[in-house]
Amino acid sequence: MLYRPDLVKNLFVCTTCKYHFRMHAFDRIAMLIDADFVEIGADVVPGDPLGWTDKTSYPQKLERDREKSKLSEGVVCGFGSIGEFPVGLGVMDFNFRGGTMGTVVGERLARLFEGARERKVPIVVCTASGGARMEEGMLALMQMAKTTVALQRFRDDGGYAITVLTDPTTGGVSASFAFQTDVIVSEVRASIGFAGRRVIEQTIRQKLPDNFQTAEFLLEHGAIDMVVERSALRALLIRLLDYGVGARRTAQSAPANGRASAGTTS
Amino acid sequence: MNAIVERERGLLELEERIADLKAHAADQPVDLSAEIAVLEEKYAQILREIFGHLTPWQRVNMARHPKRPLGSAYLAALDQFDELHGDRHFGDDRAVIGGFAKLRGRRIMAIAQDKGVDTKEKVARNFGMPRPEGYRKVRRLVLLAGRLGLPVVTFVDTSGADPGIASEERAQSEAIAQSIAAFSEVPVPIVATVIGEGGSGGALALALADHVTMLEHAVYSVASPEGCAAILWGDAAKAEEAAARLRLTSDDLKAFGIVDEIVPEPLGGAHRDPRGTIGNVLSSIDRALVRLANIPPDELRARRYEKFRRIGTPA
Repeated sequence: MLYRPDLVKNLFVCTTCKYHFRMHAFDRIAMLIDADFVEIGADVVPGDPLGWTDKTSYPQKLERDREKSKLSEGVVCGFGSIGEFPVGLGVMDFNFRGGTMGTVVGERLARLFEGARERKVPIVVCTASGGARMEEGMLALMQMAKTTVALQRFRDDGGYAITVLTDPTTGGVSASFAFQTDVIVSEVRASIGFAGRRVIEQTIRQKLPDNFQTAEFLLEHGAIDMVVERSALRALLIRLLDYGVGARRTAQSAPANGRASAGTTS
Repeated sequence: MNAIVERERGLLELEERIADLKAHAADQPVDLSAEIAVLEEKYAQILREIFGHLTPWQRVNMARHPKRPLGSAYLAALDQFDELHGDRHFGDDRAVIGGFAKLRGRRIMAIAQDKGVDTKEKVARNFGMPRPEGYRKVRRLVLLAGRLGLPVVTFVDTSGADPGIASEERAQSEAIAQSIAAFSEVPVPIVATVIGEGGSGGALALALADHVTMLEHAVYSVASPEGCAAILWGDAAKAEEAAARLRLTSDDLKAFGIVDEIVPEPLGGAHRDPRGTIGNVLSSIDRALVRLANIPPDELRARRYEKFRRIGTPA
């Protein structure tokens, strides 16, 4: 038996088995940020570009998820500080349409990346996503491109970005900005991949190993830098931010053709 | 058997006698201190005779000594170390350990090759022979250091890059080449220290540095003596002769201008005082970083170009 007050106090990690429950975006922000958090892009809200209807209409689904999650969309973005290091922080929430990335998530993240570039502060993004949002079709897919161009401009300019992968992160989010940052850490046992487990099993008709697509599996296969328990996450982020305090200095003193020397993705 | 370990065996008996006498000195009615002093003087004399002048082959064996402090010991001696894993493509090669670190309070990127201590670890670390994913991890971390303005500090100790089918399939040459290229382009200070074996391209992949240091008995070579003997004379048993001809010792390489500094080792080798040796190496790195810290990135890279452009220019 697990009592909710104990769970809240323990950062939504089971007090006996250390299972990491999915966290509400605002709980995670409260856990990471020192004190004040100034949200941006909250006024960006979804339309219904495809006029989508299946069992219910897309606007009805959105309304239901707003009520259920107490969120206006699948990501909360803003500025604050972590261990006194000012950062741009984006936190996705699986409670809102499975954390899927549609036009609003893409737009809010792009504004976060642009804002961080202007303010010359590092970026921390905490991901939780089922991928691109089906109900927005190709417009959702293109958010992979939008977040990419915004993040790459930030990084070309010498910006330092850290990803925190949380359970689950897949598809269009893992295959875009989440894996384009400088340092990638994952919470323990988070499920991370491109194609979902069921899709792979049905396609190749094979049973997958138990640890397939876990954070630990990814670490072993060289895909991520570190696996961290939630209780140690904030302290780790503070150390990682501390190592990067010189980032802007180098970018500013680098030659005009500094893109080559900054040597970004390979 | 390791030639140095063999020589140390002869000393072992003497060491035990001294220890024995010391342990029982208190219980004995007679004063043994004179006897102990005589034995210790004899021991020191033999030590000087054996280790005072090492041949190149003996130095190769010293560099491979089973008790020689490994890369991980140097990383453990840093103020702070947060390991970063993986090449983002295939695997996390444990023959190379790298991550953010602090040395005497300075933020750095530290990267070390490591051969592993016990059998299990040696296997996990592939006996310190990095595979392509190891060199791709190195490249990634060096470029990251370049982005963040962190000096790069490397500890070189490998008999060579992994020779094997799988490594060739994953383009070992390309991985080494791209690692060397990353070192050539980053606008941050780079200090490399050869702490044991500097085995060919697999070592140079971590050593295109603004300041290259060698421990006194480390070796750095175009090929292992065994490899050289096999290539030239079809006989790996002629390794000792190859070691003598290759000019792979720290003094030889300093004379060539390939190495900038030699950190002395205690008599008998680094493993006789690992803490002291590691401390000396870290101090030498710290001094080099202080010198390099204020050089503007452009000039740093121009000097690096000149340094490596100059080496081995025919008269």
